[in-house]
Amino acid sequence: MELPTVWFGLIAVLWIGYFVLEGFDFGVGMLLHVLGRDDRERRVVVNTIGPHFDGNEVWLITAGGATFAAFPEWYATLFSGFYLPLLAILVALIVRLVAIDYRSKRAELAWRQRWDLAITVSSAVPALLWGVAFGNILRGVPIDADFNYVGGVVNLLNPFALLTGLVTLTLFLTHGAVFVALKTDGVIRVRANAFAARVGVVAAVLTVVLALWLNLEHGSTLTYATSLVAAVGLLGALGANRRGREGWAFVGTATCIALLFATAFLALFPDVMPSSLDPAWNLTTTNASSTPYTLRIMTWAAAIATPVVLAYQAWTYWVFRRRLSTSSIRDDVVLPEPAAR
Amino acid sequence: MSAETLARWQFAITTVYHFFFVPVTLSLAPLVAGLQTAWVRTGRETYLKLTKFFGKLFLINFALGVVTGIVQEFQFGMNWSEYSRFVGDIFGAPLALESLLAFFLESTFLGIWIFGWDRLPQRLHLAMIWLAALGSTLSAYFILAANSFMQNPVGFTVDAERGRAELTDFAAVLTNPVVLVTFPHQIFASFMVGGAFLAAVGGWHLLRSGPGRTGEPTAPPVEGGPAPTVPAPTVPAPADPAPAADRSAFRTAVKVGAVTLLVAALGVVLTGDLQGKVMTRVQPMKMAAAEALYETEQPASFSVITIGTPDGQHELWSIKVPHLLSYLATGDADAQVQGIRQLQAAYEATYGPGTYSPDIPLTYWSFRWMIALGAAGAVLGAFLLWSLRGGRELRHRLWLPLLLALPLLPLFSNSVGWIFTENGRQPWLVFGLLPTAAGVSPGTTVGEVLTSMTTFTVLYGVLAVIEVRLLLTSIRAGLPDVTPRTVDEGEDAPLEFAY
Repeated sequence: MELPTVWFGLIAVLWIGYFVLEGFDFGVGMLLHVLGRDDRERRVVVNTIGPHFDGNEVWLITAGGATFAAFPEWYATLFSGFYLPLLAILVALIVRLVAIDYRSKRAELAWRQRWDLAITVSSAVPALLWGVAFGNILRGVPIDADFNYVGGVVNLLNPFALLTGLVTLTLFLTHGAVFVALKTDGVIRVRANAFAARVGVVAAVLTVVLALWLNLEHGSTLTYATSLVAAVGLLGALGANRRGREGWAFVGTATCIALLFATAFLALFPDVMPSSLDPAWNLTTTNASSTPYTLRIMTWAAAIATPVVLAYQAWTYWVFRRRLSTSSIRDDVVLPEPAAR
Repeated sequence: MSAETLARWQFAITTVYHFFFVPVTLSLAPLVAGLQTAWVRTGRETYLKLTKFFGKLFLINFALGVVTGIVQEFQFGMNWSEYSRFVGDIFGAPLALESLLAFFLESTFLGIWIFGWDRLPQRLHLAMIWLAALGSTLSAYFILAANSFMQNPVGFTVDAERGRAELTDFAAVLTNPVVLVTFPHQIFASFMVGGAFLAAVGGWHLLRSGPGRTGEPTAPPVEGGPAPTVPAPTVPAPADPAPAADRSAFRTAVKVGAVTLLVAALGVVLTGDLQGKVMTRVQPMKMAAAEALYETEQPASFSVITIGTPDGQHELWSIKVPHLLSYLATGDADAQVQGIRQLQAAYEATYGPGTYSPDIPLTYWSFRWMIALGAAGAVLGAFLLWSLRGGRELRHRLWLPLLLALPLLPLFSNSVGWIFTENGRQPWLVFGLLPTAAGVSPGTTVGEVLTSMTTFTVLYGVLAVIEVRLLLTSIRAGLPDVTPRTVDEGEDAPLEFAY
């Protein structure tokens, strides 16, 4: 296989890793108030992702860096073209990480409530906007002969991209609810189960519509197959969730997200960013890529480092495998009553 | 204002801001790891308390370092897309490796460290913070290698047809003479900040709880203010803010911090000297601008202070040390050092008409402020250490502002050092290859850049206020209570809840 093709695959893997992992982080963040009714419960919910969310976000930074290194033209066109949506995503990611890190650094209830609100909003924004961004990449955007995006921001808000945004939003909600059900016990687990069952149906309907639309426009036998597996994954997740088999439900939602994005990347290939103005101006794995020398060095590094990263990240999930509940919070963490001032 | 000017301002604002957190992370990670190592080896509770206390401060700082770092990676593509297209083949590789080899290590193991106090055996848990610190240090190397390519491009050819620079020798990029001297210089400079921070925080607690100052002074009642209508709840008198054991711990923090600061300062001087010689060789214009040396001199004298006309072209008054610049720039006290006018003529012959010197007053003064602030920090650290010798106390009230200044001096020295380095490279984005003006995104509008610059400035301002207040609250709270921790496999045992 040619190196640019290998790197197209690797970048797909990085994005898929990001969405599978950070997908449930976003879901958990959005559901903070739905699943946690008081501060103690919200602490349980947010701490399910506590040890992991920062490491999960590195998948995005690596996907960005790898795109810069392997396909500089793609990186340049995408980031300068989708300027304002990316700005919104950046602001959300900044607020979100600070909010999670700072919420329990002080004991005042008001402090924590403000940060919890920030976590919810800043999880929803990227969950929606990443979908919109990928919908636009798939659909093709106005790119000129110099590979510059010339469409403006309104162009990005079209039905297909918005549908993709809603799909990622609802899928991440389902994924997050299933993750909380898997990682907690007691009333929060029950709530998460029930919520996953409800939002999962919405996600399933939207996902099937998107998969059909995508396949009718860009489909091949392979993308039909991957879409089918994605759909089966989600339906299986809903079935497993109904039976309280959260582990399998999580495997199902993860499969659905992974295969849905795999479908998108397969539908895209060999383009990386098609132009809606002229197919001659499409960015492809060939005309956007780095030199074989750079790609070869990167391939070696990735071949050695990626399995190691996967191994130690998997280990973190093993270390923190126990279910959490309000009774697992140490007694020395006592919230003062809201001060009457 | 053009999109290019705004993009430059945004880069300056976001990078300078990001770099307030970076030196603290780079140094506090290993310093906290060192404190924890001391605890594991000696079993003394003092070290555990210090580990947790400074660990919390480290994490408050780390969060902002991470989020402002994401902006940096996105910004190359958003505002500088032509630059990204031109150098992506070279510049992207260290960035990707930084994520793959360093950021994963740093973030993943820090996550385990934060949550793993009860879940991992003591020594394994200790290894987590060391791995995170290793990740931070590695990331510094990769990003400095990328930056060094911009200062001194090596290991590449230019493909004129595709209009881009292409990598031919990655080992040369990673062993660029500039990165080989900049990396240790930056690591030492970071340790000056972290050491000063430890010393200042420890010193402040010693000052606060010193003789005659036990207990916090209670706020005097506001005269004429409304009398409390309800009897004040019987709050137990605030416990002595720093009992004897804690005072001894803070004394340890001051010693560790101040010694770190002084050793690091020595390292900064030695590596800075090497750096000056490399800079003279690869970026002579930057050295000439740092000295405002308009005419080639042999031997060249070092300007301690020169006051010039506002455009920097004419000297009004100066203090100079003969031969010193020749020695600093080349190692030979009689060597020639090239001046701005001669270099300008040489560059015009090579690159065509244009201005090839940076803003001279800014370069000249940032170079001096870097040295002055760093030196002042080191002197203050030595004075603090000397003042506490043999169990002495800090008595003078002037110590309060001095302790506040202590970590800020090396921190701002880091800032102006980078302002010097990056400004001194102008007008080039990549020295000799790509002018800064040619790197900006062509399709990005003034409105877009203005929106993002304003957004980041406001957001960063708000975050700075929140962060500083949280740091101060956490510093004031003093050392935490530490209950003995053991590896606990019981199903019902409480867990670490960090968030």
